[in-house]
Amino acid sequence: MATYQLIVNGESREVEAVPNTPLLWVLRDNLSLTGTKYGCGVAQCGACTVHLDGAPVRSCSTPVSAVGNKKVTTIEGVSSGESLHPVQQAWMDENVPQCGYCQTGQIMAAIALIEKNPTPSDSDIETAMSGNICRCGTYERIRKAIKRASNAAAK
Amino acid sequence: MKTDIYESKIFKVSRRDFLKSTSMSMTGLLLGINLSCSDTSKKLVGNPDYIFSPNLFISLNGNGDVTLIAHRSEMGTGIRTSLPLVMADEMEADWSRVKVVQAVGDEKYGDQNTDGSYSVRMFFTPLRKAGATVRLLLEQAAANEWGVDVADCKANNHEVFHSSGKSLGFGYLAEKAAALPMPAEGSVKLKEPKDFKYITKQSSIVDLRDIVTGRAKFGLDNNHLPNTKIAVIKRNPEPGAGLKSFTSDNAVKVPGVLKVFTLDAPGFPTNFNKPLGGVVVVADNTWAALEGRKALDVTWSKGINADYNSLAYNGGMLNHAKAKGKVRRESGQIDKGLTSAKKIIEADYIVPLLSHTPMETPCALAHVHDNVCEVWAPVQDPQGVRKSLAEALGMDQKAVTVNITLLGGAFGRKSKPDFVVEAALISRTMGTPIKILWTREDDIQHDFYHFPAAQHLKVGIDENNKVTSWLHRSVFPPIGGTSDANSKEASGAELSMGMIDLPYAIENVCCETHESPAKIRIGWLRSVANIHHAFAVGCTLDEVAKARGVDPIQNVLDLLGNDRTIDFNSLTSEFWNYNEKLEDYPWSTARFRNVIETAKEKSNWGKNLPKGSGQGFAAHRSFLTYVACVVEVKVDANNKIRIPKVDYVVDCGVPVNPERIKAQFEGGAAFAASLALKSEITVKNGAVEQSNFHNYQVGRMSDSPYETAVHIIESNEKPTGVGEPPVPPFIPALCNAIYAATGKRIRQLPVRLT
Ligand code: FES
Ligand code: FES
Repeated sequence: MATYQLIVNGESREVEAVPNTPLLWVLRDNLSLTGTKYGCGVAQCGACTVHLDGAPVRSCSTPVSAVGNKKVTTIEGVSSGESLHPVQQAWMDENVPQCGYCQTGQIMAAIALIEKNPTPSDSDIETAMSGNICRCGTYERIRKAIKRASNAAAK
Repeated sequence: MKTDIYESKIFKVSRRDFLKSTSMSMTGLLLGINLSCSDTSKKLVGNPDYIFSPNLFISLNGNGDVTLIAHRSEMGTGIRTSLPLVMADEMEADWSRVKVVQAVGDEKYGDQNTDGSYSVRMFFTPLRKAGATVRLLLEQAAANEWGVDVADCKANNHEVFHSSGKSLGFGYLAEKAAALPMPAEGSVKLKEPKDFKYITKQSSIVDLRDIVTGRAKFGLDNNHLPNTKIAVIKRNPEPGAGLKSFTSDNAVKVPGVLKVFTLDAPGFPTNFNKPLGGVVVVADNTWAALEGRKALDVTWSKGINADYNSLAYNGGMLNHAKAKGKVRRESGQIDKGLTSAKKIIEADYIVPLLSHTPMETPCALAHVHDNVCEVWAPVQDPQGVRKSLAEALGMDQKAVTVNITLLGGAFGRKSKPDFVVEAALISRTMGTPIKILWTREDDIQHDFYHFPAAQHLKVGIDENNKVTSWLHRSVFPPIGGTSDANSKEASGAELSMGMIDLPYAIENVCCETHESPAKIRIGWLRSVANIHHAFAVGCTLDEVAKARGVDPIQNVLDLLGNDRTIDFNSLTSEFWNYNEKLEDYPWSTARFRNVIETAKEKSNWGKNLPKGSGQGFAAHRSFLTYVACVVEVKVDANNKIRIPKVDYVVDCGVPVNPERIKAQFEGGAAFAASLALKSEITVKNGAVEQSNFHNYQVGRMSDSPYETAVHIIESNEKPTGVGEPPVPPFIPALCNAIYAATGKRIRQLPVRLT
């Protein structure tokens, strides 16, 4: 066991974990941040997507020891209280979710995309989102929601 | 499959009993009601602590807060929203004043087994009546209060209005309504469809905000029990087979690992509700459990399926399909028809084993303590889970509470209780709450798979270019084989999903099967046997069109014949109408024709497309819903298949929640595209060869339709389900489009163009 000081959603959090523990399980088990999901454990599905210093990473394949002082942002940290992140709002406006399980990972991937590329083309969207699986098949609405958020940002 | 899947459990509580319990029971439920929001002006509120619970599903407190019970499981269809909306509409409740509470698994709610696309079909009318009864009681209470005739009182948006204009709030009326006798059943009037406020109108799901903010609770998201431990199980790669020996020396050295022990294997057939057994690792946290499992050293026993190789097995099924089999439906004289035919179309179709792979793997939280068992789990059949838990633990069902979380997808996988039983057995051993995690590897290697299937079709066309003979042989291991070794041949219900329910007016029809014992756990996957039957029938029809030299849609309309309802019971004693009588839900070729003709028009069928692109068509009735589908594909130089456009036309009777119907069809198209283009499970020496999404591939954004247009037929027919019906016609429409684009016939899934 080792002790790590993580910066999660703007707060400093101390956790005890063995060094190769994936950040996913530290978030879920140690910090009870259950918005980040397990889907495959091998960087194939994107359900576990969080941001490290704003860049999307697969938390299932990111050892806690590799996080260092990079800022961790999870779905719980992208908005607070009543106000939603514009991407979350776009997700609501397009009624994207079906079962909802993959959606936090999708939203985290989409936020990272829009922050880097505020007006993504179809193929930019497809590339950025290709690592995120949705078994309910909400892909069309995900694309629409990203475009809606991008238009809102452009205004 | 026959007894415990489709045929008996659906009607555990008959509709009559259900109505009684919804409209007559005064006991109701005591619910935790949030008293935050209250009406203050005019007489809107009454005693805030008073709860009026006229039936199991609806309660109203003195503040005017309404609580509606969702008793079906939410796995992404929107049912947790749609059925409460139905009650709210009939009750004239203001949707913003409604809180939806998920029921626990309990027979008192009637059927809770959320599969077979029948939630809306079964509960639309009973829940309308439940809502309308409450509306009538509130109107009567207001009439009494004013000393006027109830005929002059009308509920509207959470208040009852008198014709003079005065009004009283639902909250104020709650206690007074509770004092009234239940109205006679005949006096409860349902709304006219034109007066619907929520039914057939757009609305968002109740969990939307929680989902996008990460607050929604799925199977592993409940952390409220102190001292919860995490368990994973190493299972024999040959499902059902046992354990020879193991050493846990290294596993217990992993920091955080608490205990390693075994669960007995069930043998094969495994049964639906029995866990597979194996070596259990319990740890303080998930990673320790996984690392501990990795460090186990296990030697497995061989079971009776140790020589099962799917490639050889499927080849064997195909050989059978080519030979005369057991007749399941027959009219005319097939041999004569085929020998006298001028043209013969003959084709074989193969569909592999397929896995459900919901994004959320099977999982559960269980706590067995003080002679009770409590679970929180994403399950489709909470009453079945309760029963299985009681059996496994030797407890009375009353001691077992099944709380249903949101399901992170299910597609049929979570209608089995095996993973919840595992959690409970482990909790009993450990004496602590247990969360069980199935990794994706566990999920893909130990699923209840969609049957592998081989089919042979032979169609005869006479000298007048008329289709006169249709021979269809279908060979696949029945679902029943998972629990009963004597069940070796497809059941009538399984064949009524796209084979013996063939609606075409053809003189000589023969449907045959062969035995094919299950070698692995088989279960129902979204749309079940319709998947492989619709594929074979839909693609064969396209070949027939080509042979006849007519347009594929015209070909199907020609074969359909005159508008009529088909009495399938007179064609075969094995016909199954999804548990409904044909009188109640007739097989209407007129409705089928209508969706087909509408699809032709809406899809701009026959439009000019560049080389490498094509349109394909198929239509299919399943789960009593009529669907036609046109798929457009574009195949590039690297044989990458793109799906720019899909047009669906659906007749599902009254479209209760059109927004979610559209979502189910968009998602159904993506799900079907995934099955057709990407997925295949293979088995070698009894063990599944795939393990995660790198080798059991599923559709991603670029594999899925770019745009799915869903055209819903306006209808006042009884509503029918939409969860499964999008899947069956999509796959043949896609394959027919690939043929139109490339000239290549697809007779085996997944599609391989090279
Ligand atoms: S759980 Fe991390 S990518 Fe699937
Ligand atoms: S919404 Fe269910 S997996 Fe994406």
